[in-house]
Amino acid sequence: MDSGLSPQDKKDLDKFIKFFALKTVQVIVQARLGEKICTRSSSSPTGSDWFNLAIKDIPEVTHEAKRALAGQLPGIGRSMCVEISLKTSEGDSMELETWCLEMNEKCDKDIKVSYTVYNRLSVLLKSLLAITRVTPAYKLSRKQGHDYVILYRIYFGEVQLSGLGEGFQTVRVGVVGTPVGTVTLSCAYRTNLAFMSNRQFERSAPIMGIIVDHFVDPPYSSHRPANMGQPCNYRPPDEEDGGAFVGVQDSQEVCTTSFSTSPPSQLYASRLSYQPPAAAGPAELCHPAANPNQMMHGGKEGGVVLVPAHPVHGADAHLTVEHPPITPGSIGDDDSLSHSGDGRRDEGRRSASPSDPVEALNAFTRKIGAFVNKPSTQITAASLDLPFAAFAPRGLDSEENDPMVQPPDSPPCPSPLQASLHSQGSEGSGPQDDFVMVDFRPAFSKDDLLPMDLGTFYREFQNPPQLASLSLHISSQSMADDLDSLPEKLAVYEKNIDEFDAFVDMLQ
Amino acid sequence: MNCRSEVLEVTVEARQVEEAMLALLHTILLHRSTGKFHYKKEGTYSIGTVGTLDIDCDFIDFTFVRVSSEELDRVIRKAVSEFKDALSNSGSDGMGQISLEFYQKKKSRWPFSDECIPWEVWSIKVNVVNLANEQERQICREKVGEKLGEKVINVVEVINRHEYLPKMPTQSEVDNVFDTSLKDVQPYLYKITFQITDSLGTSVSTTMRRLIKDTLAL
Repeated sequence: MDSGLSPQDKKDLDKFIKFFALKTVQVIVQARLGEKICTRSSSSPTGSDWFNLAIKDIPEVTHEAKRALAGQLPGIGRSMCVEISLKTSEGDSMELETWCLEMNEKCDKDIKVSYTVYNRLSVLLKSLLAITRVTPAYKLSRKQGHDYVILYRIYFGEVQLSGLGEGFQTVRVGVVGTPVGTVTLSCAYRTNLAFMSNRQFERSAPIMGIIVDHFVDPPYSSHRPANMGQPCNYRPPDEEDGGAFVGVQDSQEVCTTSFSTSPPSQLYASRLSYQPPAAAGPAELCHPAANPNQMMHGGKEGGVVLVPAHPVHGADAHLTVEHPPITPGSIGDDDSLSHSGDGRRDEGRRSASPSDPVEALNAFTRKIGAFVNKPSTQITAASLDLPFAAFAPRGLDSEENDPMVQPPDSPPCPSPLQASLHSQGSEGSGPQDDFVMVDFRPAFSKDDLLPMDLGTFYREFQNPPQLASLSLHISSQSMADDLDSLPEKLAVYEKNIDEFDAFVDMLQ
Repeated sequence: MNCRSEVLEVTVEARQVEEAMLALLHTILLHRSTGKFHYKKEGTYSIGTVGTLDIDCDFIDFTFVRVSSEELDRVIRKAVSEFKDALSNSGSDGMGQISLEFYQKKKSRWPFSDECIPWEVWSIKVNVVNLANEQERQICREKVGEKLGEKVINVVEVINRHEYLPKMPTQSEVDNVFDTSLKDVQPYLYKITFQITDSLGTSVSTTMRRLIKDTLAL
């Protein structure tokens, strides 16, 4: 008989009942996973939180529920049942409880679908959340692990309670009247755990990767299969998402999130203000969100946590940059490099345009030593964990040490350390030992006259060569000869005195 | 309109008082809280999402579900701990009662202050016992867990009768019906009070009335 329900209301009601059924299954199965459930409240509504409750949708469970429903809705004579059973590691199994979502003929015609029915269904879901923690199977499911596991099975059709043994109890979760019937949710649970009583069920971590034969009862089948079902365990989708189940399919269906505050006596006037999900509407609706932020972490001690997963990448700070700026002040610390205290060190770090070429050459010479010093410094420094030790210029690469190519103030030089390293043996020719001679190739130079470079040339001809006569052994020898040959020379000169006089006259 | 009144009785050990009260109060508030309302134009509103949290009790073999709201949890814990302190200060075999009252505010004309009209009152009577040894305590753990389970079923049964609930308010009236002070959930306006009776069961020698949710003081 026509209940006077408008098509829109009927459509809404069917949708509510469908999603209520799916959410019911989710709540029941999640309550038997063996872990604590935690979801977050959110003050801004999203389109995917049916009944204004944050209930995660496990894809496999939704898939199983939809398979069982096969497009139908719970109706009169057609109940949706979730059977929870226990299976031991030896293979024994036992039904623990059966949750039934039924519909009876008692209709409540005057009730407002979009508002009252929806809210009452929401309250019923909350009641289900509370009751699922109260039945005996909850404690058993929290202790599942090595000895036994909890399985679930969804079927549609007639309720079968024979597997619950003698004296099973029934608890009614709640009822919600609708214009097409009254939705009833109840649970029948076994009280006789006889074959369990001799076993010790210890608390242990859930087994990961458990494979259980799963068998889902085809719809309308009254034949009860061998008591197999789906295991009540779940691992987060990012760990083992085999792609078998597409995300949260129902996220495409938007749930009602908008209500009207019109007086309830106006049954259908609210239609005007009711925002159907199909309409564009406010931004809060129509979010087919897959809720990527919600992840369930199974198998952990702390229970199931639903938090956004933010991998924290701390800065990789083992190379902390403590790059001391090369300032003239820091250069002053390189006192040890300039051994004899002249002004060279001041010019040592100037850019490559010195005023005095000789001075510059001096500076460059010294600089060679300075730069060259660095490799050994860096080698030592590396062992001292100096920053950028790995990037220190290698001593044999003259290009890097070339102050003409690179301005002198660029290299990272931990000057205090360098100062300390060179504080000893910096006098006289001592540092020569620390110096490794490097070919110095100045820019624009060319080997032409002498096959030598500027530095070598300079070193060689820096001072005039020693006078031969002044060299000791030669000079002594020549002196002796001279003295010996002197009388003879005098005799010769006196003989030729006229010639000499004529010569002198010629010169004047 | 008559106020609906429900009474729950529990017998617990002293250290179980807090968790037992939290379990029952949170179970009731779970059903009596909604998401935050967001009013839009044309008198429509959308409702936020309520998350839930499983809480294991330490001294009782019991797990209850509460709303995922730390603010609300703090308020309830504070009230319960005051009740517990009062109970323990009163005497060894203390009996007490904690009440959770849902009310509506009705604006009155000046100079009268707003009326608070309760529409549902839950009273939880607590009887504290002392146990002699550990074995008794262990039995008590399980028994109280079962009893609390029964109480939760009672609560659910009452609530699912779907008797009077204040009608959904317009934006201007929302504070007369709901507690909008929390940022993530919105319970109906409530207040928690308690009273301690001494062991003779006579009426209170010290009545401590704690208003957790104040009415608007004009």
